[in-house]
This record gives sequence, structure tokens and C-alpha cells, in this order.
Amino acid sequence: MSIRKIIERLLFLVVVIWTASTITFFIPRISSRNPIRERFGQLARTGGFSPDDLEIIIESYNQKFGLDKPLWEQYADYIGSIARLDLGVSLYQYPKTVSELIQEAIPWTLGLLVVTTILSFIIGNVLGAVAAWPRAPRWLRSIATPFILFMGVPPVLLAVFLLFFVAFRLKALPLGGAYSIGVVPNQSLKFYLDVLRHQLLPALALIFGTVGGWVLSMRGMGVTIQGEDYVLFAEHKGLSGFTIFRDYYLRNALLPQVTGFALALGNMVTSGIVIEQLFGLPGIGTVLYNAIKANDYLVIYGVVLFITIAIATLMVLVELLYPLIDPRIRE
Amino acid sequence: MEPVLKIENLQVSYYTDAGRARALDGASLALNAGEKLGLVGESGSGKSTMALAMMRMIKPPGRIEGGRVIVGDTDLTTLTEDEMLKTRLEKITYIPQGAMNSLNPVMRIGAQMVDAIKAHDKSLSKAEMSEMSMDSLESVDLDRSVFKMYAHELSGGMKQRVCIAIGILLKPQVIIADEPTSALDVVTQRQVMETIDRVQETLGAAIILIGHDMGLMAQFVDKVAVLYTGRLMEVCTVREMFTNPQHPYAQALIRSLPSFDNKGVFHGIPGLAPALLRLPSGCTFHPRCQHATEICTTTLPRLEQMENGRLVACHLYSEQV
Repeated sequence: MSIRKIIERLLFLVVVIWTASTITFFIPRISSRNPIRERFGQLARTGGFSPDDLEIIIESYNQKFGLDKPLWEQYADYIGSIARLDLGVSLYQYPKTVSELIQEAIPWTLGLLVVTTILSFIIGNVLGAVAAWPRAPRWLRSIATPFILFMGVPPVLLAVFLLFFVAFRLKALPLGGAYSIGVVPNQSLKFYLDVLRHQLLPALALIFGTVGGWVLSMRGMGVTIQGEDYVLFAEHKGLSGFTIFRDYYLRNALLPQVTGFALALGNMVTSGIVIEQLFGLPGIGTVLYNAIKANDYLVIYGVVLFITIAIATLMVLVELLYPLIDPRIRE
Repeated sequence: MEPVLKIENLQVSYYTDAGRARALDGASLALNAGEKLGLVGESGSGKSTMALAMMRMIKPPGRIEGGRVIVGDTDLTTLTEDEMLKTRLEKITYIPQGAMNSLNPVMRIGAQMVDAIKAHDKSLSKAEMSEMSMDSLESVDLDRSVFKMYAHELSGGMKQRVCIAIGILLKPQVIIADEPTSALDVVTQRQVMETIDRVQETLGAAIILIGHDMGLMAQFVDKVAVLYTGRLMEVCTVREMFTNPQHPYAQALIRSLPSFDNKGVFHGIPGLAPALLRLPSGCTFHPRCQHATEICTTTLPRLEQMENGRLVACHLYSEQV
């Protein structure tokens, strides 16, 4: 891939981020709601200051947040602050900044969502490929079937089932939380194992809920690829079954799946938000959920923008890496 | 001279829901080193089935039900699956029909040659295998640089040459070329055929060329075998086939070719080839045959040698024997 192409893609990424942030900026401005007026209106109702004072307070806060400036100036300030990665402060957990909140939450989300998406991708594609491979033993081919059944069940519902049976009834794994109550996060192996124990159920729910999709699409691809002339010619060459499976069949069938991987990461965020909430994990999803509950709008916009940027970046990354696995894309 | 390839009474059937289709019934052939045989017949006559059976690559619902394929002094039908893997490419090789898609699009040509060598001989070093591959590419008139290229960077003719280069990597004794030029234009066709010709001469291998292009056969092969409904009808030299075919089907086949003598007149073969599931009794050609007699409807004629050494499966001649 040429340097030109890479620059083109990166420019495209900037445009996507700019568009996303512009939409995030204008949507709240379209509504006539003023979060500051709302917040202080609530405070005023509990008593304490006169309506005149209220106006002065609102005025000064509007000034502080720059809401008294003309729209274009606000917009310019906003874009400028995004370029500096400054997403503002949390109204609810003032003076914590949105970036700080995201930073604290990100390891939990990355740890759970990215790892489960990758695991699900690997398990699903290998099972799907084997399921379509006529020379694989029958028992191996049938492993994939139960996963296809699970596909119809949303991960959230699976999570509830797992919670009930494994954690509540069997008490085999903790009911929720990121780590045991009373433990102070540290770098010890014991702490990591504790975290892993807590991540197991949400991870299982996410994996079981998504593997079926990979199995189905891979099996479909596999059926097409195994009839390709190059797979037959590979057999005529006297290659071993495993070599044909890996180099001729799997590698070609995987190509469209890689594109799907980037999309799956995006979908995972959606399921992840609810799953994190369900298990009480302090990830991005929980931050977003709490912010929506508290009407902490700067945090909401910050998180939404962050997710948009993260997914857009991943897409570009996959696109840039794609020529490495498919030489036909290279120019 | 001991023939390098002997096929004896080869039988292949496909088991379908509608019954058993005998795609190849008692095919026997012998081929000496350096000999070129053309295997002709209409679509569905069992040409590719015969090629696949020789490679032992018939897949379910198909089955090889009998007969022997002997290359050199090895009977392929008695080998284990693992031994057969080694035999492919090493002793008997297949050059595919769809060369356009016969190369893996995501692997370099070189890698697809090296993995083939590796599967047969693990003792060679990487450099030796690369050298072998590039020599093979050179022998089919390709540049050594093709080794580092991908299939999509090659033209149709080049891809077909690469397939030939892969096929002859391990210097096999028998080469089966399944319509190797069907996807190419006539100029490239000729070049590719000349390449196959030269490569075969250097190796001294026997070659079976499958196809229905009689013109190509006339130029290229020494012997012709005519297949009809999975049965060999006639085997003779190419000269005999074009000047004096014996079997009524072969006669009709040759008559159907356009020639300068009878310009504008088209002789088709009346009727259609029967479905393999509902073959006529006796000789499978008898419903379309002008010379059919009583015995043709009841008894299947065997492929028999005539006085002049030709092999024909027809009652017209077996009665004389």
C-alpha cells in the first residue's frame, strides 16, 4: 500500500472524527434545554436563594462554560478543545474531567470487550471452518452446532442465566464487581487472578452470544472456498490435509471475516454497556450509564465521541492491515 | 518396452439418489514413456472421471469400484492414503482444467511450489527448493521472477504455465492434462501446447491430454482414445483415427468435423448421449448407431484388439475375430 493511500485513509479518519464531534456538538444545542438552568432550577426548588440570585448564578456559569458566546465561537472552542483531547469536566463528579473518567474505565472495557471479541472471532471461525471441511471427523464438525443455537439468545439474557445458575445457585463464581470487596487494586498475581475470576462470567456471556455468528458466516464461506480450483489443485499436488486446510482453505475463507471483525468490535460495545452494568464492572459502559442517569451531558458526549473515534480508528486500522492478508488489494 | 502407465479394467460409479451411475466402465489403456494420448469424448462421457480415478481423487458419492492403475511398477490402487499423497506429483501429475483459478490468490507462486516439494521431500533446504522451483518456471518459458509474484499479477497463459511448472516439479512419469488450454485464446493455446510438448520430451513422460478439440488432438497427440458413456469405444493412432475410424461412434465423430471437402455441410450425430442412470442395454451406442444389429441391443461389446493392433469395442468387428 502506498504512502499516499495511508495518508488518504488517515485524512478520512480525521473527517469522520470531525463529523462525529460536530454532530455531538449540535444535537444538544438543537434542543431548548439548558443543562445549567435545569441543574440550578432543581437546586433552587430545594430553597436557598432568590430568583434574582439564580439568574446571576446561571449567568456566571453560562459565562464560565462559554454558553453566552455566539454559536460559531462555541463551536470553534469545542473543536479546539477536542483537538487538545479536552472533553470538558463532569458536572456530576466535578472537578473530575471526562478524559480522566474515560481513562479510568478504559482498561476494564478493553480487557473485557476486546479480549472476548478476539476470542469469539478465533473460536467461531475455526469451528465454522472445521464444520464446513468435509474431511474433518464428524464429532469435530458437530461442535459448532450448539453455538449456532446460542446465536439467537442475546448475550444479556445469557448473562442473566449464567449469573443465576453459576454465581447465584452454584456460587462457583462471584456475582459481580470488578474484584472482591475490600481488596485494594495492586500489581500482585493474586489480584489479577481475582480480577480474572470476576471477568469470567461476563466474558462467557459475550463469547457464547457471538460465536454462533462467526460459525455461520465462516461455514458459508468455507463451503464456497472448498470447491475452488486452487483447493482441488492443492490436493493434486499431494499436500497433506492440514496444509490444505490452513494455507489454501482457511486463509482464503478468512478474508471477508476480517472486515467483519472491525464491525463486530462496534457491536460488542453495545452489548458490552449492558453487560458491564449487569455485572457492576467499572468500564466505559458503566460510566455512560451513570452519566445518562445523572444527566451529566458532558460525560455522555465525551464517551459517545470516544466510542465513535475508537471504532473509526479500528476500521481504518483493519483497512490498512487488510493488504497484508490479501495481496490483491495492494497496489 | 514395458509401458509406463497401465490402466486395467477401471470402474468408477457415482451413487446418487436416483441410483448408481457407472461413470467409467472397464476402461483399459497402456501408454509407453514419451507417448502422447488424447482422451476425447463429449461432455459427461467420463474423461475427467477417468483422470480423477487415475489420481485416486474420486470423491464421495463417487467410488473406484475395481480395476488397477499401474505407474511404473507401482499399483496405485493398492497404496495407502499416505503413500498416495506422495505418489501424486512425484509419479503421476495432473494439470488442471481451470488454470485461471487453480492458484491460491493469497500465496506467492513460489510458496505454492515450495510447499508441494516439501510435502514430498523434507530433506531439501529452502534454497534448494527455491532453486528447483525457479528452474521449473524457466523450463516452461517463465521468468524466474514469477517465483515472487502472486496469481493476480499473471496473465491467463502465464497462470497455465505456472500450473504446468508445478505439475512437473518432481519430474513425474505420467502427466494428465485436463483441457489445459480451454480458457486460452488460440495463439496462447499453441504456445502452451508447445511448452507441454517440449517439457514432456525432456522428461520422457507419458502424457494424457483430455479435451474435445479434435484439431488440437490432431496436431499434438500420437494416439487417441474415444470415450462414450464411460466406455472406451476405440483406441488407435491419431492418423488411423482421422483417416479410417472403425467404431461407428468414432466414424460419426470424425464425420462431424468441418472439412474443406464438404464445406457448408454439417454432419451431426443423430440423437443424444443417454443419461448414465438409464443406459441402453447392450452397446450403449446402439440407439444412435446406423449399423446396429440384434446382438448390439443385448450384449455389451468388449474392447478387443483387431488384426492391425487397433482396439475397438464393436460387434461389427468382434464377429470377424
